[in-house]
Amino acid sequence: MNIASNIIPLFVVIPLAGAFLISFFGRSIKRLPDAMGVSVTLILCGLSLLSVRLHNIYGVLTYSVGAWRPPIGIGMVLDGLTSFMLVTVNLVAFCITVYSVNYMEKFTAKWKFYTLFLLMVGGMNGVIITGDMFNFFVFLEIASVASYALVAFGTERHELEAAFKYAIMGTIGSLFILLGIAFLYGYTSTLNMADMGVVLSQKGIDGLIIMVSIMFLMGFGLKAALVPFHAWLPDAHPSAPAPISAMLSGVLIKSLGIYALCRIFYNVIGINPTISSILLFLGTLSMVVGGLLAIGQWDFKRLLAYSSISQIGYIILGIGLGTPLGILGGLFHLFNHSIFKSLLFLNSGAVEYATGTRDLRKMGGLAQKMPLTGTTGFIGSMSIAGIPPLNGFWSKLLIIIAAVQAERYIYASWAVLVSILTLAMYTKVMKYAFLGSLSEGLSRIKEIPIFMKLSMATLAFMCIVMGVLLIPGISDFFLQRASEVILEGTEYAASVLRAIR
Amino acid sequence: MMVYLLCIILFCCGLYCVLRKRNIIKIIIGVIILEYAVNLFFILTGYRMEGRAPIFSSEAEILNMVDPLPQALVLTAIVIGLATTALLVAIAIRIYEKYGTFDITEIRELKG
Repeated sequence: MNIASNIIPLFVVIPLAGAFLISFFGRSIKRLPDAMGVSVTLILCGLSLLSVRLHNIYGVLTYSVGAWRPPIGIGMVLDGLTSFMLVTVNLVAFCITVYSVNYMEKFTAKWKFYTLFLLMVGGMNGVIITGDMFNFFVFLEIASVASYALVAFGTERHELEAAFKYAIMGTIGSLFILLGIAFLYGYTSTLNMADMGVVLSQKGIDGLIIMVSIMFLMGFGLKAALVPFHAWLPDAHPSAPAPISAMLSGVLIKSLGIYALCRIFYNVIGINPTISSILLFLGTLSMVVGGLLAIGQWDFKRLLAYSSISQIGYIILGIGLGTPLGILGGLFHLFNHSIFKSLLFLNSGAVEYATGTRDLRKMGGLAQKMPLTGTTGFIGSMSIAGIPPLNGFWSKLLIIIAAVQAERYIYASWAVLVSILTLAMYTKVMKYAFLGSLSEGLSRIKEIPIFMKLSMATLAFMCIVMGVLLIPGISDFFLQRASEVILEGTEYAASVLRAIR
Repeated sequence: MMVYLLCIILFCCGLYCVLRKRNIIKIIIGVIILEYAVNLFFILTGYRMEGRAPIFSSEAEILNMVDPLPQALVLTAIVIGLATTALLVAIAIRIYEKYGTFDITEIRELKG
């Protein structure tokens, strides 16, 4: 075991310890929750950037929990995809904690918010970093339960209703995942993902594995809000407080849904043409249905939530193509979407903070009173709509080119069409919310406080510059590494087992 | 084979309860039944007929032993289920305070 491996458990330990400390001392010491939340996510952000560097030096790293070697003990794995996802999650989480320092002032129990928030971050990091099937389920549930509670955080009528719906659907999804894990354990008699991959490749695919695949598709489809399973998302995401909407749409559905789908279908079970065509179909369906539903919405956050479903469709389409370019585009879009969608949700939160409404028809001309919110909203909208040279353009372009190269012309044309639809819906947002003349009753609104500004400006800046990740020298050690893990498929098992030894 | 079938029937009962019932409390009970069905199934995957506990001792040869790992895992799953249920019940109480009813057909302000 490499000495650098000791960084791996920190991703889970630090947020969990932070949550514990806040829950104990947060009530009595007034400034502690803010300071603790921001510093913990800052440390995690730094560590995740360090993990990219370490992965580049040492290759795949593994950590055995309690010094019990995998496959007997629980293993944690740091490979290219893991460090990529860790950077995505922790970067966004840091920006959002900075934002919530000011935004959450209007709620009374700030320490409860930070406790749940850090639990959710810890759960997501755990899902990403674990190499053990059941451990994976445990972390998934930590993140999910924390997110159910956070959706209900305002405890008003809508929040509670949405949280109940989300909790019931999420629990059923998790149970399907657990049932799938039970079947897989019964079939392979191991829980370690790498070991499971080896056993599965020896035994071959039979009817049981197909059933397990369907269960996982349902479970993770529910978590990722793919279209037949999306009913909870448009209620839950708008009802939550803005930082949590940003967190849910930005990273939760990706780390619990898409990352898990990639890891299990590509690295453990091994992809086959049927699964990949199901992924392509579901991706396109989500893209189209989400886009069509989004354009008719008048609630700012609800529009963003439907648009999340649509953008998730793009990511699944790119990854489902299975070609190197498609996977690269899908992952890059995942990264970009987590940045601009969290920026847009924070924007909607800022608008709600200043005006007290989420209805687009009651807004208008906010850019005059809130110049920074207007500017960042413009950058985010144009980025998600795919206007060059912002980052969203490059990733969508890659996905469309990949679809054409794979001779999936119909899917490619849908992707182009939905891109136009996205532009239309964000033009609507810009027109009704930020541009035009100032509507009555809004003449006395003020610009938002400093920390909210800071975090939104950071995210907007990243929207502008993140196109550089595609420049060959830079993409080699970040994006390429992640897509290689998915591309190598079941070779994952061999590389992990080599690292354990 | 019979036990597996019964297990699946229990699962279907839970699913029916979640999907068809209108009362929030009944839906929560349905989720609990679902959880129990999955836990039971997990235990059954490691069970041997007339098996013995997997404790190593010098005199007895270990032949027909029960797999202890699923039992340990199910313990964890039960604890997770407890957390989820507690949260669901807490939300249900708050919903009753706000809406004055447990009927989900009357709690439909969001469109989904």
